[in-house]
Amino acid sequence: MTIEALHVHKRFGAHRALDDVSVRIEHGELVALLGPSGGGKTTLLRVIAGLETPDAGDVRFSGADVTGAGPHERGVGFVFQHYALFREMSVFENVAFGLRVRPKVTRPSEERIRARVQELLALVQLEGLAGRLPDELSGGQRQRVALARALAVEPKVLLLDEPFGALDAKVRKDLRAWLRRLHDELHVTSVLVTHDQEEAFEIADRVVVIHEGRVHQDGPPETLLRRPASEFVARFVEDAQVVSGTVQDDGLIQLAPLRLPGASPGAQIDVSLRSARVIRRPPG
Amino acid sequence: MRRRERPKGPVPWLVTAFAVLVVIVLLVLPLALVLQQALAEGARAFLDAVRDGATLDALGLTLLVVGIVVPFHVVFGIAAAWLLTKQDFPGKRLLGLLVDLPFTVSPVVSGLLFVLLFGARGWLGPLLREHDVRIIFAVPGIVLATLFVTLPFVVRELVPTMEAMGRSEEEAAASLGASGLQILRRVTLPRVRWALFYGCVLTAARAAGEFGAVSVVSGHVRGATTTLPLHVEILWGEYHAQAAFAVASLLALSGLLTLVLKAWLEHRVARARTPGASA
Amino acid sequence: MSSSTVRRVRPHRLPGFRLSLGVTLAVLGSLVVLPLAALLVVLSRAPLERTLDTLGAERTLAAYGLSLGASLAAALLALPAGLAIAWVLARYELPGRRLLDAIVDLPFAMPTAVSGIALTYLWGPAGPLSGPLEALGLEVSFTRAGIVLALTFVALPFVVRTVQPVLEDFPAEVEEAARALGASPAQVFARVILPALRPALVSGAGLGFARAVGEYGSVVFIAGNVPLSTEIAPLLVLVRLEEYDYAGAAAIATGMLAASAVMLWTLARVEKPRRSGRAAA
Repeated sequence: MTIEALHVHKRFGAHRALDDVSVRIEHGELVALLGPSGGGKTTLLRVIAGLETPDAGDVRFSGADVTGAGPHERGVGFVFQHYALFREMSVFENVAFGLRVRPKVTRPSEERIRARVQELLALVQLEGLAGRLPDELSGGQRQRVALARALAVEPKVLLLDEPFGALDAKVRKDLRAWLRRLHDELHVTSVLVTHDQEEAFEIADRVVVIHEGRVHQDGPPETLLRRPASEFVARFVEDAQVVSGTVQDDGLIQLAPLRLPGASPGAQIDVSLRSARVIRRPPG
Repeated sequence: MRRRERPKGPVPWLVTAFAVLVVIVLLVLPLALVLQQALAEGARAFLDAVRDGATLDALGLTLLVVGIVVPFHVVFGIAAAWLLTKQDFPGKRLLGLLVDLPFTVSPVVSGLLFVLLFGARGWLGPLLREHDVRIIFAVPGIVLATLFVTLPFVVRELVPTMEAMGRSEEEAAASLGASGLQILRRVTLPRVRWALFYGCVLTAARAAGEFGAVSVVSGHVRGATTTLPLHVEILWGEYHAQAAFAVASLLALSGLLTLVLKAWLEHRVARARTPGASA
Repeated sequence: MSSSTVRRVRPHRLPGFRLSLGVTLAVLGSLVVLPLAALLVVLSRAPLERTLDTLGAERTLAAYGLSLGASLAAALLALPAGLAIAWVLARYELPGRRLLDAIVDLPFAMPTAVSGIALTYLWGPAGPLSGPLEALGLEVSFTRAGIVLALTFVALPFVVRTVQPVLEDFPAEVEEAARALGASPAQVFARVILPALRPALVSGAGLGFARAVGEYGSVVFIAGNVPLSTEIAPLLVLVRLEEYDYAGAAAIATGMLAASAVMLWTLARVEKPRRSGRAAA
């Protein structure tokens, strides 16, 4: 499923949230919409989802115009920032919800629903918690329930709005690595909104930087680092030296020689390097 | 907080129509009727009913009761709210329940309690007779019963605001050497003045309008122990409907005033309740 | 070896504890505890048999039955009406919405005698609705229907005011999630919103019910007050008092205080979660 947002405009009162934004997401990609708060990335996500209607512009899924359709008709699975779990329902019922509300004709049987829910709970590693209520879960667990719930209806597209924003740093790190692994397993076209540059760079195939309602740059993380398209991108994205390397037989990376600006020739100096982080290599 | 939208589609409009219909028929119509009937026989008849001697006596008694009850509860309300929100001690919950109790008791039962206490055959009845003190079937009884039913109002208005502001400001003042009354006057009360004002409005309106409890303790002696609501009852019972409505409209005005003030003050009280906000 | 004495650490207190405690205890003691004690004293003085006789008398049981039954009916009627009103106030943008919001408090703000005669006139044979009522063959004033109507008037604001904040705070995201998963608006209401409203609906109806049981002024004019038929419990208390049957009045009142206890408990439950402020899941 390819997603295209073409020349989308959206205002809220006097505030212009999206100003002629165009984005294309290829089938199976994991794309991050990155930018500071209030920049329009969540609005764009919601327009793609069908939760907001653009004032101008189209949204196309695999070429078909879906601008008038709601999220369910588009086949979108949406994961909300604060999970939006149904508090009075158990974990099981939350995940089963999308299957239960189907009209009788398309509704799977009770056994099928149960099997699917168990399958999903296993996928998100929450088996055994099916009977719990959302209030009894940790933030990370709730987030995984929200994900399972969205996946239950087999969406063609998965949209996540700052899914890890409300979690502790450690949980956030673990969950985003896990999300990437899940994506590699399921191959669902996914779009993720985040303000955390580290997060975007770690898991996304491509990053779209959105600020003040406009796309500043759209490309793989490495490109954003090496060739920022605007001053904003350069400042927003961490100022870092990118060094290439090769993974050796023992699994360790041998870095290429690094040359830095120095002082007096021949002087013995010490250089402190901040923690190194692997960024994805663009395919090909 | 969600964004409000205009109702879209048949079901929302039906629900809206239903809600508005219920409000108009059940709530608005009776009030409108009071005002309409009060003036049904012209402004002259209205003024005659209002300026009638018995009505003025009743008005006087009502105002007297309000004049005693409101200041009393300002003092009590502040003391109780201070105790419940700025102090910790065992039994605090019980105290809170006792304060709320009059809110839940039937007005007739409220009056009954005082008759059982001070009435001729009540617990302290003989004692009072000995000293020739009349409480029931006299003004003191009316005042006491009204004090009872209006007990919670000021406290209930003050407590949420005083709780939301925490204790840090008062503690800061105390650490700077302020006395209890100074802290109250300079730190706490300015924050809660709108809540206090509204609590007084509620107390006054309820004190003026109290019917059930006063019915029980008053003895219905015209001119001496008849408050405005009782006077309405008497007029109605004597089939002077127009006069009854005329007097009722005076009371209705106090009710309307309460609503208007509530709408105006709710905004201010809510602001004072946001933690950290200054008055 | 040093002697270890455990020092009682006095909690640091803001000033004014003794004064506020004194005032509060004095007022509560004299205005609340003492009168309640008088009830117990009077009850204890009467022979137990007489008290039980009063409570079991046909007239008493009829009055209790009427008050409880009519209040229950009123609470049940107030539920859908109150829910609809709270819904409109919380979710729709309408001209005059704030006016509507204020009007909901009318039964709270209006003196009960005023509501009482107004309701009686409105639904009575001389009032503006007499024509349509007669045409429909309905009699309201001086019947049980009239009592239920007046009590619904009394109970309605309780339902609205308990449900309204829950609806207003209901996260839009949860509804969007349900819609995004394919639920129709009816399904969202029935499966997602209504269950979340259940505690508030129960509390609101409970408060309205308890208040209606004790209501006097708004009801006594429209009621008819015929013993065994249209005589509400508070009126019976008054009647017993006028007969100087203090013990009888006290006995009947005790039954009504049970309803007050329920109301107190419900109030405590309603206000506690709101004060501690629960965050969305």
